[in-house]
Amino acid sequence: MKKFIKYTGVVIPINRDNIDTDAIIPKQFLKSVDKSGFGDNLFDAWRYEDQGEPGADCSNRPLNKEFVLNRKPYRDGSLLLARENFGCGSSREHAVWALRDFGIRTVIAASFADIFHNNCFKNGVLPIALPLADIEWLFARDDEQGAFSMEIDLERQALTSEDGNVYRFEIDEFKKHCLIEGLDDIGLTLQHESDINAYEARRAKETPWLFPDLQL
Amino acid sequence: MTGKTLYDKLWNQHLVRDADGGDALIYIDRQLLHEVTSPQAFAGLRDAKRVPRRLAANLAVADHNVPTTDRSAGIDDPIARLQVETLDRNCVEFGITEFNMTDPRQGIVHVVGPEQGVTQPGMTIVCGDSHTATHGALGALAFGIGTSEVEHVLATQCLMARKMKNMRIVLNGALAEGIASKDMILAVIGEIGTSGGTGYTIEFAGSAVENASMEARMTLCNMAIEAGARAGIIAVDQKTVDYLRGRAYSPRGDQFDLAVKAWRELVSDHDAVFDAEHVIDVSDLRPQVTWGTSPEIVASVDDVIPDPADAPDEGKREGWSRALDYMALEPGTQIGSIEVDKVFIGACTNGRIEDLRAAASIARGRCVAPNIKQALVVPGSGLVKKQAEDEGLDQIFIDAGFEWREPGCSMCLAMNADRLEPGERCAATSNRNFEGRQGYGGRTHLVSPAMAAAAAIAGHFADPNKL
Repeated sequence: MKKFIKYTGVVIPINRDNIDTDAIIPKQFLKSVDKSGFGDNLFDAWRYEDQGEPGADCSNRPLNKEFVLNRKPYRDGSLLLARENFGCGSSREHAVWALRDFGIRTVIAASFADIFHNNCFKNGVLPIALPLADIEWLFARDDEQGAFSMEIDLERQALTSEDGNVYRFEIDEFKKHCLIEGLDDIGLTLQHESDINAYEARRAKETPWLFPDLQL
Repeated sequence: MTGKTLYDKLWNQHLVRDADGGDALIYIDRQLLHEVTSPQAFAGLRDAKRVPRRLAANLAVADHNVPTTDRSAGIDDPIARLQVETLDRNCVEFGITEFNMTDPRQGIVHVVGPEQGVTQPGMTIVCGDSHTATHGALGALAFGIGTSEVEHVLATQCLMARKMKNMRIVLNGALAEGIASKDMILAVIGEIGTSGGTGYTIEFAGSAVENASMEARMTLCNMAIEAGARAGIIAVDQKTVDYLRGRAYSPRGDQFDLAVKAWRELVSDHDAVFDAEHVIDVSDLRPQVTWGTSPEIVASVDDVIPDPADAPDEGKREGWSRALDYMALEPGTQIGSIEVDKVFIGACTNGRIEDLRAAASIARGRCVAPNIKQALVVPGSGLVKKQAEDEGLDQIFIDAGFEWREPGCSMCLAMNADRLEPGERCAATSNRNFEGRQGYGGRTHLVSPAMAAAAAIAGHFADPNKL
């Protein structure tokens, strides 16, 4: 996984609650057996005027010019801003892959659905939950003054806007460490292999019906 | 010391390493795999030269992409075919048991698990699918995960996880005739909202849950995720034990008796404390119909669509307005007057035998209305299909003008050929009404099997008891 480093990017506002993973990446693109190549189909039904098909070239498709990802400078943005319950619905990690492939490394929302939130950390994408009042303020700022950039500094747990406003955010220390170092979860878990062995040996005695394959 | 909730007990039993302030390491007893969320996990294993830690802990079944029409010629769509064949190949390469597309036991993974006894009380169960919550109906801790975690579980049989908070939803009262557990869970989601359960494991309790069948309990737990909770659970009782006896993967003989002793402990202690609790009386519950693009936007069949101006807050006002626009509906419209184009009966929510019986009881001796373009009945598994055919339900549906299909996820998410065309309106027994869920531009109303059948017969939503 790529290390999460400090960067500055344009904030892409999508002023909605309950943005579901079906909207982030519609089901037809889930037929892929690859882990990348989803960026062109991020928010496909909102972004294009026609119906997207997997494998089709998106460069000539009719765009929904109103949609934020089709407008400058948002199309080059890398921080997505939304409201409550972002990423609800299906567990599809493809939703995070699509955001990452598009270039979005940070999602700022009032709240996140649990599975999506988890999936972000596995792919070097940082989900930041801010109080609703801050979220409202950021939307209002974009609305009133136009597009703006923010610096995201994970080490300091701070988002800083161009005019110097700083928004602190909370993050689990371990998850922060993994993002900054780009650590592989499986490798970390395998460091505890002796604990796993011991657990299995104990449980195979206590609940033998769950471990028919581990009986001597 | 206060008592423990069922979730506390399940969590504690699976702790491999406690959380040193961060994530704990928990053991996973079962992983269910399907074709959509597993190929990248297997590829990851291969790249890292890893192998599955415990083959016997896994079961794979293709369900999302499979055609529900004649399968002898395989899958037409080359991309879908590649995905299903990739699962077949991965299972052969790594040695994982798979019920492939032509296996009589094939079906939707969340129907197959309980049906086979692969799902057992006290287990932790994961699958790269959010509706894994279904299996909690048997007193298991079951939740959906992403593909990276699928790979993690294959490689380590463990997950890094953080303990959720405890929520109890108490459903009291006797359901009226024709009201199903689907109506209960839609009403719950309407009450607490689609993020009401975020961060919690929801235990469903109360007399309406105690009186519910195992299959009705699965419908409840299935949609816990639509209330934001990754897992829904229900305490083990005699029904759970009876349900598991004699299933293909259930323990046998002495092992079964030993297991039952442990399963009996899988209830919340009487003095357990929950972080949140909702008590809902369901005795006056009416048939529920969603009218928006989030499962929380729901009303009873006798209601009218509300005006967004009357929404409780700005977020909801926005959401309702957008939903009305997408759904092409007006405030003040009687729910019962809304005509539908298609009907879909099936999915991991309502594709079990009791669901098909409920729908068939409405369809029996009647005809699908002329304005209905298609009414699909898609059994949740090959064994459900066979059982329904043994009971003659297939003939009831066919005589009434429904199509009787092969098992799979089908039009719940329209990854196969079963889908809505732009603008089409559907009464669906599935679990999500998101924009485009059942097909680009399609409009979904979530309902119970009886209501779906009633909508097919009447051509519009109607109280199944008053047809």
